[in-house]
Amino acid sequence: MPVLVKVLGFSLALTLGFTLVTNLLPQIEGEAPVEKTLDISAFTEESFIALGEELFKGNGTCTLCHNNMGRAPDIPVMNMVETSQERLADNRYKGEAKDAESYLRESMLNPGIYVVKGYGKKGSNDTQSPMPIVDKAPIQLSDIEIDAVIAYMQAKDGNLVTVALPTAEAASPPAKAEKTVQQATPTIAQNAEQAITQYGCTACHSLLEIESPVGPDLRDVGTRLDTEEIRQSILEPNAVIAEGYFPMMPSDFAERMRVKELEMIVQYLAEQSGE
Amino acid sequence: MLAIVGFSFSPHLLPIVAAADTAMDAQAIAERIQPVGKVRLLGKPEPVIEEKIPDTLSHENQEQELIPAPKLTRSDYPNIGVSSRSVVWLIAQLHLFFAAFVLAVPLFVLVIELIGFKTGDWRFDDMAHEFMKISLSAYSITALFGGTLAFALFLLYPQFMAYMMRVFNTQTLIYAALFFAESALLYIYYYGWNAMRYGDAKWVHLTIGLLLNVVGTTLLVVANSWASFTMAPSGVNEMGAITGNIWEIMKGPLWNPLNLHRFIANIAFGGAIVGAYAAYKFLSAKTQAEKAHYDWMGYTSNFIAILAFLPLPFAGYWLMAEIYAYSQQMGITAMGGILAWLFVVQAVLIGTILLAGNYYLWSGMSRTQGSERYTWLIKYIAFVLVVGFLIWVTPHTLILSPDEVATLGGSHHHLLGPLGIMPAKNIAVNLMLIFTFLSFQLYRRSDKIITVPWAKAGNALIVAIYVVAIVNVIFAGVYYGYFTNTVYKVGSSVIQVMSTLMVIISCVVIDTFMFKGAKILPSHWGKVSDRSQYALFALPIAFTWLMALMGYVRSSVRTHWHVYTVMKDNSPENYIPAIGHAGNMITIATLLFLVIILFIFWLASLSSTKQAPPVEQTATGGA
Repeated sequence: MPVLVKVLGFSLALTLGFTLVTNLLPQIEGEAPVEKTLDISAFTEESFIALGEELFKGNGTCTLCHNNMGRAPDIPVMNMVETSQERLADNRYKGEAKDAESYLRESMLNPGIYVVKGYGKKGSNDTQSPMPIVDKAPIQLSDIEIDAVIAYMQAKDGNLVTVALPTAEAASPPAKAEKTVQQATPTIAQNAEQAITQYGCTACHSLLEIESPVGPDLRDVGTRLDTEEIRQSILEPNAVIAEGYFPMMPSDFAERMRVKELEMIVQYLAEQSGE
Repeated sequence: MLAIVGFSFSPHLLPIVAAADTAMDAQAIAERIQPVGKVRLLGKPEPVIEEKIPDTLSHENQEQELIPAPKLTRSDYPNIGVSSRSVVWLIAQLHLFFAAFVLAVPLFVLVIELIGFKTGDWRFDDMAHEFMKISLSAYSITALFGGTLAFALFLLYPQFMAYMMRVFNTQTLIYAALFFAESALLYIYYYGWNAMRYGDAKWVHLTIGLLLNVVGTTLLVVANSWASFTMAPSGVNEMGAITGNIWEIMKGPLWNPLNLHRFIANIAFGGAIVGAYAAYKFLSAKTQAEKAHYDWMGYTSNFIAILAFLPLPFAGYWLMAEIYAYSQQMGITAMGGILAWLFVVQAVLIGTILLAGNYYLWSGMSRTQGSERYTWLIKYIAFVLVVGFLIWVTPHTLILSPDEVATLGGSHHHLLGPLGIMPAKNIAVNLMLIFTFLSFQLYRRSDKIITVPWAKAGNALIVAIYVVAIVNVIFAGVYYGYFTNTVYKVGSSVIQVMSTLMVIISCVVIDTFMFKGAKILPSHWGKVSDRSQYALFALPIAFTWLMALMGYVRSSVRTHWHVYTVMKDNSPENYIPAIGHAGNMITIATLLFLVIILFIFWLASLSSTKQAPPVEQTATGGA
């Protein structure tokens, strides 16, 4: 038999052997999340909790880590209302939540505010959380979806569901996919860094270890401006245009920012001394 | 009193600023406010503020708008009647196979050429030249697939490509320019081989080879930046708008791990392919001299492939660790989620590679009688390799149906479950690597009788190193893997890797000293079984298949994103395909590659084939 035929036959047999292995294994496709249109008026408590469970196990990708593998706390077998109370009472807790519902929301929107011992990022001594922020990419849950997940976590162990069913006013239209630089997000930032990220300051200004030459460098703005001037620069950005820059900063932050968020950003910037 | 030019009157601001600045002169104010505000004292002229526009702020930058990444709908994807993803998948994979090959071959060819030049053994030089001959034909095929891939991407994913062009901008032209440089250097290197073969001219030739590799490696890392950007974008904001310069875009968190992994993998892959060439020529050889030449060439190729393969798992581990550090979610998608079964297939492939590589070495020991001293060890090495392979294929975290969970008695099998976790696999793979190195070491020793007076002590030291390393690998894996928190489980790998590397490095060093003055037993090149040559075919097939499989997982971890977290994939095929479908696609790509590479082997033979001149017909008869 010619060498070429032998070689081809051997190659084909081996290759098909590998192919066979892949075809004998379970065939699972990783479906892309499908965005659903929610009928706000049709929600009952049960259907809202069911939505939360579906998100927890599906699009929210919570169970990727929150399972019995030890990568993150095993939420499915924990009573999260009781756990929330314990964490709120912990000395290490530095957040602003007062009850289980607000704690659970806070832990999804700002996971770094309280990191459960043993589950922090490697080398961070449990000061940084590896958990993604759930209203940001790649998860991008909306406010209603986050509420549904909280409702599920409360209900799954027979606790009282304190999350209010969504109303038409609260329904933030698929904020998830439609956010742009110019649009505000409905989520309240929990600290200055989050607020700065949320309002896209670093898109133009050098800040938070991100460099951008479009607007003035803010890493030392505290040495140049006091808090009132910083506040003014945010609320009325076109009143004073820094030398060498164009008047392109959005002027609608007064309408979009919460007072608390504005103050957090102002205080943070006032402390920036360039060091 | 102070007013700020352009400010509307702001009653809450003025008193504070005015009070603070009563003692300030215009210069102080200018320094304080600049560059954010332009101020002057009421009744005084405007202070002169030095124009200091940052260098980075060119006119173009000032006018640059922050344009977010496009949000695509189904209608943004042209439909050509066949699966767009499959078309791009196949072409991209073939381009990558050939690109990896043509970038890798000059790397080891340069080393072989240098060895030949320094040792004066011109067999090395001839072999290096022959390797380049194969690579040269593959180069044009790489370019053909590269061009086709670009057309396919622009045709089928125009918006994605438009975004990538906006992000990478003129860097793509630099890439094209590098390709010109690569072509020129490659042709000069190959065609100038005999013209610059001896003396100082050889140094010129070697320098050209070095430049060729510098340019080639630069091409590799530039192209890698495109892939790593889609996995972990940097230099853009969360909307995908460009905020950084090209360097910030390129140096994402996964770029260097990917660079290292691909660089090493390419060498292993290239070595395996030229090994197949040698095996093919060996099997087709008509004379003993030819057999001896190609046997030696096959041995060298296998040596290159396995040597590059040994550190590859560690580079892969670094890449995976960086993926976890960048996004735990992405890491778990790859290792513990929907793609988890894939690593069972990976284990099968790497098991094939290690078994084939070892089998080839064991077969090769028959070339010399001195190998009889070590043949008793082979069965133990084989045992460790098989057990290690079985541990490696043991799955752990799988997506199971309720029926399967019930059958299994839980989410994990009570006996096999502990073998499925990473620490067990780390023990297995490190032991497999250590024992593969042992095969290699035995092979090197089989044609030598060591004569140094400290031979016994040296051997004892080597045995001790092996024992300590093996104990260390097992202890670290068991202790960290089963008696500490999950976060620390991966900590064992560092100790294990160090143990494995320690064996390899220290044994190579000790052997180098021990081989001084050693009596060399005759090696009979060409005296190996034909069966051993099929091991040299198994290697490139498994490597090729493995490379495509890893490409599938690298691409799939982005899930439904073109560019992770900033640009969604809304095409009809934005889901992760099932492993069976991926296997079929990989097989098609691998077989196409093998057919083309066999054609290249044939071309290489054709170039050295000369037709016998026609025998002149003499008229022997008349009309």
